[in-house]
Amino acid sequence: MSNLPADLKYTKTHEWVRDNGDGTVTVGITDHAQDALGDIVFVEVPENGRTVAAEDACAVVESVKAASDIYSPIAGEIVEGNAALADTPDAINTSPYGDGWIFRLTPADMGVLDGLLDAAAYEQVVADES
Amino acid sequence: MALRTPLYAEHARLGARLVPFGGWDMPLHYGSQIEEHDAVREHAGMFDVSHMCPVDIEGPDAQAFLRRLLANDVAKLKTVGKALYSCMLNDSGGVVDDLIVYLRGPAGHYRLVVNAGTADKDLTWLESHRTGFDVEIRRRDDLAMIAVQGPQARELTATCLPREMADSALELAPFHATECGGWFIARTGYTGEDGFEILLPADHAVDLWSVLLDAGVRPCGLGARDTLRLEAGMNLYGQDMGEDVGPLESGLEWTIAWEPVERDFIGRAALDELRASPERREFVGLLLTGRGVIRAHQTVLSNGREVGEITSGGFSPTLQRSIALARVAPGLGETCEVEIRGKPVPARIVKPPFVRHGRILIEP
Repeated sequence: MSNLPADLKYTKTHEWVRDNGDGTVTVGITDHAQDALGDIVFVEVPENGRTVAAEDACAVVESVKAASDIYSPIAGEIVEGNAALADTPDAINTSPYGDGWIFRLTPADMGVLDGLLDAAAYEQVVADES
Repeated sequence: MALRTPLYAEHARLGARLVPFGGWDMPLHYGSQIEEHDAVREHAGMFDVSHMCPVDIEGPDAQAFLRRLLANDVAKLKTVGKALYSCMLNDSGGVVDDLIVYLRGPAGHYRLVVNAGTADKDLTWLESHRTGFDVEIRRRDDLAMIAVQGPQARELTATCLPREMADSALELAPFHATECGGWFIARTGYTGEDGFEILLPADHAVDLWSVLLDAGVRPCGLGARDTLRLEAGMNLYGQDMGEDVGPLESGLEWTIAWEPVERDFIGRAALDELRASPERREFVGLLLTGRGVIRAHQTVLSNGREVGEITSGGFSPTLQRSIALARVAPGLGETCEVEIRGKPVPARIVKPPFVRHGRILIEP
């Protein structure tokens, strides 16, 4: 069973969102997603200052198998891409909710977070897919 | 429902991620493709390749038949057990399949090992060309096949074989095979490392797999098999060559036996024509010098102009960089770009293989 922290929000496209409590959120991919992708070897993170809409493809994670788009869970402005992933892309495999975070953004509307999936609802999405 | 090899339950037990491949359910990896890749480069790994199809060809005209069907010349096989890699071509010089053929007996006994996804097509092709030849063509679905590859592969495998088999296996020269009691052990492989490919009765497969596992040989899936063969500069059927693209544009000219000129193998006339053409495309290796991962079907650019296509691409665990095989216009020089998600990323043109016997063969 993959690890699903209860304090995060999730999307159907397998991103997680953490409310940092300072008006920003951090985004990564779930433990289930990294396991399905396999060994991750390259990550393209979004540039600072870029404005994204919800469900915009804004990062790319490449595993040994294939390239996968990562979608922004909510609209906002990118404030930081995880530069450390350039040298350690496998942090997404080993620490998907920690060092493997992909980008941070300032949401246009923090309230949108409430509309995302909670851990139980995301678990159901994964179960339905398999 | 997809076909399953005799080792299917073992794969499931070992936690393999099983995926459809050529009509079979096969293990992609058992946890980490990169660790499996490294195990083969540094120690020993094993692959269930029972989905590949052995075909025995026997009879008074077996040699004449294969000299007609294959672009390489089985007359080169003078000692029993010797192996030859060849393409089987269609009339237009495209590749019906690529295969290994072994000489099994002085009386014209041959064994072909063909690809999983093409096996049915190959058998139909062979059957449709047997008219006039006294040959028996027998598909050996009763055999399983395990490849053990890596610097420690031969030594470890030998500890898992009955004594008399172990001795003759250890004496094998590269690209030779030996047989004993229905087992067929060949010093061949598809990873750029030393090792064996073992064909054996299907009901013995689980036992051999288990003792190899106990001996410390790591199970490896199709994922590692693909990155290993790409580093070794080996072609994948349907990707680097196929029915529309023949050996001259796939880096396989070395497998064509042009001599003797009287040997009229299928596809020869088409190859002769293309051989003289200035338009003939080159098959090259690429090392990505920019950031990213090259994938099959991406476009190769030279000064912004489209000049070719990636046939196989991926991340090389040994080089820690992306590498690829590509078919390009002739005379490109030393550098080019690969269009990755709309952006040109610089690459260097190199001569494959990238890695052989654990050693990196190109300048980083």
